[in-house]
Amino acid sequence: MSDKTADRVAAATPTHVARKIRGLSDRAIAWIFVAPTIFLLLAVNIFPLIWTVRLSFTDYKANRINREPEWIGLRNYERILTDSDIWLNMQATAHFLFWTIFFQVLIGFTLAWLINKKFKGNDLWTTIIVLPMMLSPAVVGNFWKFLYQPQIGLFNYIIAFFTGKDPSSFEMLGSVDLAPWSIVIVDTWMWTPFVMLICLAGLRSIPDYIYEAAEIDRASKLRQFFTITIPMVLPFLMLAVLFRGIENFKMFDLVVQLTGGGPGSTTELTSINLKREAFEKWRTGYASAYAIILFVTVFGLASIYVKALNKVKER
Amino acid sequence: MSSFSITEPSNRTKWFAGTLVIAYALITMIPLVWIGLTGFKSPADAISYPPKYIIGSDSEAGFQPTLEGYVNLFTTRTRQTEEFLANNPPENWADEIVRQYDMVIVGPSKFGERFLNSVIIGFGSTFLSVFLGTLAAYAFSRFKIPLADDLLFFILSTRMMPPIAVAIPIFLMYRNLGLSDTHLGMILLYTAVNISLAVWLLKGFIDEIPREYEEAALIDGYTRFQAFYKVVLPQAATGIASTAIFCLIFAWNEYAFAVLLTTANAQTAPPFIPTIIGIGGLDWPAIAAGVTIFVLPVMIFTILLRKHLLRGITFGAVRK
Repeated sequence: MSDKTADRVAAATPTHVARKIRGLSDRAIAWIFVAPTIFLLLAVNIFPLIWTVRLSFTDYKANRINREPEWIGLRNYERILTDSDIWLNMQATAHFLFWTIFFQVLIGFTLAWLINKKFKGNDLWTTIIVLPMMLSPAVVGNFWKFLYQPQIGLFNYIIAFFTGKDPSSFEMLGSVDLAPWSIVIVDTWMWTPFVMLICLAGLRSIPDYIYEAAEIDRASKLRQFFTITIPMVLPFLMLAVLFRGIENFKMFDLVVQLTGGGPGSTTELTSINLKREAFEKWRTGYASAYAIILFVTVFGLASIYVKALNKVKER
Repeated sequence: MSSFSITEPSNRTKWFAGTLVIAYALITMIPLVWIGLTGFKSPADAISYPPKYIIGSDSEAGFQPTLEGYVNLFTTRTRQTEEFLANNPPENWADEIVRQYDMVIVGPSKFGERFLNSVIIGFGSTFLSVFLGTLAAYAFSRFKIPLADDLLFFILSTRMMPPIAVAIPIFLMYRNLGLSDTHLGMILLYTAVNISLAVWLLKGFIDEIPREYEEAALIDGYTRFQAFYKVVLPQAATGIASTAIFCLIFAWNEYAFAVLLTTANAQTAPPFIPTIIGIGGLDWPAIAAGVTIFVLPVMIFTILLRKHLLRGITFGAVRK
């Protein structure tokens, strides 16, 4: 050290004094750092949200700019909640949500459990399994539409090959019975890896000594699985379900590319229906009310779920 | 872990687990491999039944690879009279491929432009969200900010809105501001969507850097700003890089906003690819070629950066 006195002075100066001398205070810096993010979120998220709430009380139509929108109070909400078609969309969404989560949890957890056996090369194979979830959902929907093509599609060919059925006897996207399952299959193909990764993180967080203790106590492997593995992974699994649940409630791009909501409206999930109301029928006010109802539903369900999750964590 | 550990799975278990996982991985790859192959087929081979899957074989299940799909993807073509075709020999190999359908290449298609839009909007919004996200994350990590927890939760909850619900007012707002169908509009929108995840992830990474480093720097006479970019930033580099990849992948893959808010000038590749039409219906080889070019960078990225990426996915979800 060339200048010991300076060092000693610097060290002796209380930090808060030193910071004040050198320009901006921490407080100012904190606000300068946070402000742009808050501003952007206010401008692109919160302001539009408030605008949506306002629009939801009017009969505004975005394709008729010159027409003054009329204030119609709660009538939009009333109409949505009493519309039986919307309940059909909700049912389609519920079917989609339930079965995608069911299969993804089942397959995802099994895969994670197998990968956690630490066989050679598990790292590479994990990466390969993860690839589908990195792709664009719209593009995935688009090329699965090709695989699902009636008569010529690879999917029909493979099913026909293994079951001996006539490949032109069923249409995955064209039939009312199969279309809801076709979207479940693609979503499961794409997002099982996500559940798998989170379960894997859960499995890896269990310390070895717990199993060692159980082994010393002569607990059977089956018993270890149900009394150690499952309870310890459960919070992770529930978190994965939360994320998938929110995402699939919002589901739009993948399904719109695959089925476009059809045939009829069998796969018309709420987001697709919302898009029709807002950007095809241009019932902006009505669609805004619809959007608010959806948002409140997700938010409400997610909050209840998070409470349950926290209870599981505390145990 | 030592091989003496009683919790280490037996070799037989490992072999069994490995076989099942590899089988799943191979099955899960079939759709992607199939799209890759389809890109190199002629339109007739692409829709033949039973499917053709052996490259270059003359057998019933074989097909001759061709670049037709890729040529169709990047060009626009018109049908020409026999006279014209006879008088004008093909200019290059691509033209030659098109000639078998009595057509000539008249210019580039929109795909190049749309792909470039994806690149500009993807990188633009990634840069912005990581830049702003790092600043905000640092502030949240190091300073006492009133209502910090509420703010963080609020930032994250903005992701719960269905994109279509957000798109309604954004559509109206952009129309008034003249931001519809512009690169800037899309960059701002994607930044706003991404920034919540960016702040969330980055705060975690910055929390892990010991405060003592900066405090030492402050005592050495650095200002806060200097301490931030000379001490904290280099330490957080890995975290910043993996956050950037997540933002980039989101912006690259996004469809709902792109299809509703862009029509021509700023349209990205995902809404464009499904609209590729050939003679007499969808041109599946060209679509497959477009899909291949579009998803390949993401796949390569994922494989090369798997360590950071996989950690990031679980990290983002498992914290808190």
